[in-house]
Amino acid sequence: MNDEYTDNKIETKAADSSSGSYAPPAEKIPAQEAPDQELYHAKSFWTKWVFCQDAKVIGIQYALTATAIGMIGLILSWGMRLQLGFPETFSFLGPATYYQSVTMHGMIMVIYLLTALFLGGFGNYLIPLMVGARDMVFPYVNMVSYWMFLVAVLVLIASFFVPGGPTGAGWTLYPPQAILPGTPGSEMGIVLMLVSLSLFVIGFTMGGLNYVITILQSRTRGMTLMRMPLTIWGIFTATVLALLAFPALFVACIMMTLDNLLGTSFFMPEIFTMGEKLDYAGGSPILFQHLFWFFGHPEVYIVALPAFGIVSDLISVHARKNVFGYRMMVWAIVIIGALSFIVWAHHMYVSGMNPWFGFFFATTTLIIAVPTAIKVYNWVLTLWRGNIHLTIPMLFSLGFIVTFVNGGITGLFLGNVIIDVPLSDTYFVVAHFHMVMGIAPLMVVFGAIYHWYPLITGRHLNQTLGKIHFWVTFVGAYAIYFPMHYLGFIGVPRRYFEMYDSPYMTSGVGLNQFITVAALIVGFTQFLFLYNIFTSWYKGEKSERNPWKANSLEWHTPDYPPTHGNFGKELPVVYRWPYDFSVPGSDKEYIPQHVAPSEVPTAKAEQT
Amino acid sequence: MSKKELNIFKLLSQKPWEASQAAIDNQHDGKTLDLSKAKLGVRTIMVVSTVIFSLFVVSYSDRMLVHDWKSLSEPWLLWINTAILIFTSFVFHKAKIYSDKNEFEKAKNTLLLVGFLSFAFITGQLLVWQHFISIGQYASTNPANAFFYLLTALHSLHLLGGLFFWGRATTKLFTDNFNVTKTKQAIELCAIYWHFLLIVWFILFGLMIAS
Repeated sequence: MNDEYTDNKIETKAADSSSGSYAPPAEKIPAQEAPDQELYHAKSFWTKWVFCQDAKVIGIQYALTATAIGMIGLILSWGMRLQLGFPETFSFLGPATYYQSVTMHGMIMVIYLLTALFLGGFGNYLIPLMVGARDMVFPYVNMVSYWMFLVAVLVLIASFFVPGGPTGAGWTLYPPQAILPGTPGSEMGIVLMLVSLSLFVIGFTMGGLNYVITILQSRTRGMTLMRMPLTIWGIFTATVLALLAFPALFVACIMMTLDNLLGTSFFMPEIFTMGEKLDYAGGSPILFQHLFWFFGHPEVYIVALPAFGIVSDLISVHARKNVFGYRMMVWAIVIIGALSFIVWAHHMYVSGMNPWFGFFFATTTLIIAVPTAIKVYNWVLTLWRGNIHLTIPMLFSLGFIVTFVNGGITGLFLGNVIIDVPLSDTYFVVAHFHMVMGIAPLMVVFGAIYHWYPLITGRHLNQTLGKIHFWVTFVGAYAIYFPMHYLGFIGVPRRYFEMYDSPYMTSGVGLNQFITVAALIVGFTQFLFLYNIFTSWYKGEKSERNPWKANSLEWHTPDYPPTHGNFGKELPVVYRWPYDFSVPGSDKEYIPQHVAPSEVPTAKAEQT
Repeated sequence: MSKKELNIFKLLSQKPWEASQAAIDNQHDGKTLDLSKAKLGVRTIMVVSTVIFSLFVVSYSDRMLVHDWKSLSEPWLLWINTAILIFTSFVFHKAKIYSDKNEFEKAKNTLLLVGFLSFAFITGQLLVWQHFISIGQYASTNPANAFFYLLTALHSLHLLGGLFFWGRATTKLFTDNFNVTKTKQAIELCAIYWHFLLIVWFILFGLMIAS
């Protein structure tokens, strides 16, 4: 490949470094001569839209499936909130159903909605377009990945209908209680949950293989790693984390399935129930916790890193300013990713481990705040003196920054053993993780959907509905979770089905009712958002090409919206990073990535 | 553009805004590593499998310290299976050498031998299972047994997955008009995977003997 390039004798002018501009090649560089990827060209409806190998369609399939199961998760949370706010008025939820709702809500939202949406949905749609590839490197494997995900989701839904219902062991599925009688769903529900998770991991590994290798090997000419949009950096690092972390979940699932079905004792200690000794002996429940959180903590960043990346791009485009400290942003993403593997035991402070062990994990946890804070400063500095357009994506991005800072700071408190121990089992923790890994990434998901919807459909979402959606979601989320911090402070325990008249609850009754009402309103607004998505598909306002005047490649495909093969006859050649907005010396307001320096001779290079 | 970013620190400290770096970057062909995508794919799979088996090894080491651990006595059949697996790897290496030399007729025969040996290994493992079941050593009898069944099953499943790709490569050799480069690569990658599984088996078997 290298020889081919030297044969072309591309003329490079002597670098004119004194002016500080991108001086070299005077002529445009020819597009890649490397043989194009062999693409599968769909012929029938079935291969085009159902068993499809085009990453764009697979991305949409992933996103729709994730949204559908996410709606079930949302409705489950309504049931829980009604029970907590108005236990007498709405008594349709028994204790068993309550725990099943908690479990399924948690698992669905973290894994089947957020992970699948960010990596499967946005990853599939954006990676090939943004790095300038025609498709993923293994389109067939990519298709199988989606179908595995769908089967995993169907198995999960099936657990609602088996005898005993879905598992109610909490989303962490801690043994021994998860598979012992007395826990709802300990008959079939838990088995289906474990099988579904294992299928998800296998399916994800197939997809992850594609995302990583496409980003590493299949970029277009000139797209160096340090010229990639931060969205891609975020998705890339998150996928690497997922490939290394999901095996831990897989291992834990397999061993627990065997404990349940074959009566092995991987995680099961000696147990007496109803005065009788069970056959289990010697297993370690703590081992499961270690395995689970070795997956579980990176999982937080698997959700957060793509959000970090996407929000950086949204802020830059909608504030018409380059990302402040691009290199530092990349470093921060990589460092956060690496650190996320050595903090897992901060979820286990109350498991009775050695205090020095806790001390180590508290330290690493606090260190992770440094790169995270750098990212927040850089977002704020990107906004500083930017030409901020208060479009809906920008509103959601601003909402994200505030919410993320909020949830992050409570995280600093909980990262310390001595503060975590009393707060660990209260609503403070619930408020913390919903803020930092529920609301904050969802803000980015919404912003990203408003941003890229025109690219996918060629139409804008309805702006009025969008504004309503943003304000209700933003204000509503704070109405739900701010009071929840306070409930935690006064000692209201989480995971309880009913509070009765315990002394610390009596002052919290009104707050709980308020939270429930807010949650219902916010939840309803999400259905409004779905209505907006489906109606705008055919009657939204037509969008012109590149409506946000962005620089990255996905907006500059020959067909708009992009079609099969993405880039028509020739792949684009990249000459710059995607953040050339308001470049000094240039008469253009923005310079897309594929514009050669010879076309914008006066533009000065900006230090990143 | 020949330089590939092997050093992540070097990569992250690039200064893309400098004219000299921009000149280099514009010529970049968009590949990070000098590897084919299939090779990188197999390597990624091997990394993920390594993580899975490492976690099992950690769990095994953690569990075997508990007093109720009664280690199995490895039957002689397990040593024969190990020998078969070593021989399989050796034969696969031969097959790779033949295909590198374009001697596809010989490669075809050695590949068939590989398939036979691999299935023999799996059958051998099943016989060991049968032996243990016949003497009343079930998975639930002792944690050592549970790990034995689990690890041998997972290892054999990995081998079955490899055999799927071995089948695709071998059937190609039976057609008249196959893509030589691609088939060679497929044979090479399968061989690497087989060596990988041999190393995994050494570690697992060593752990079982040591405990």
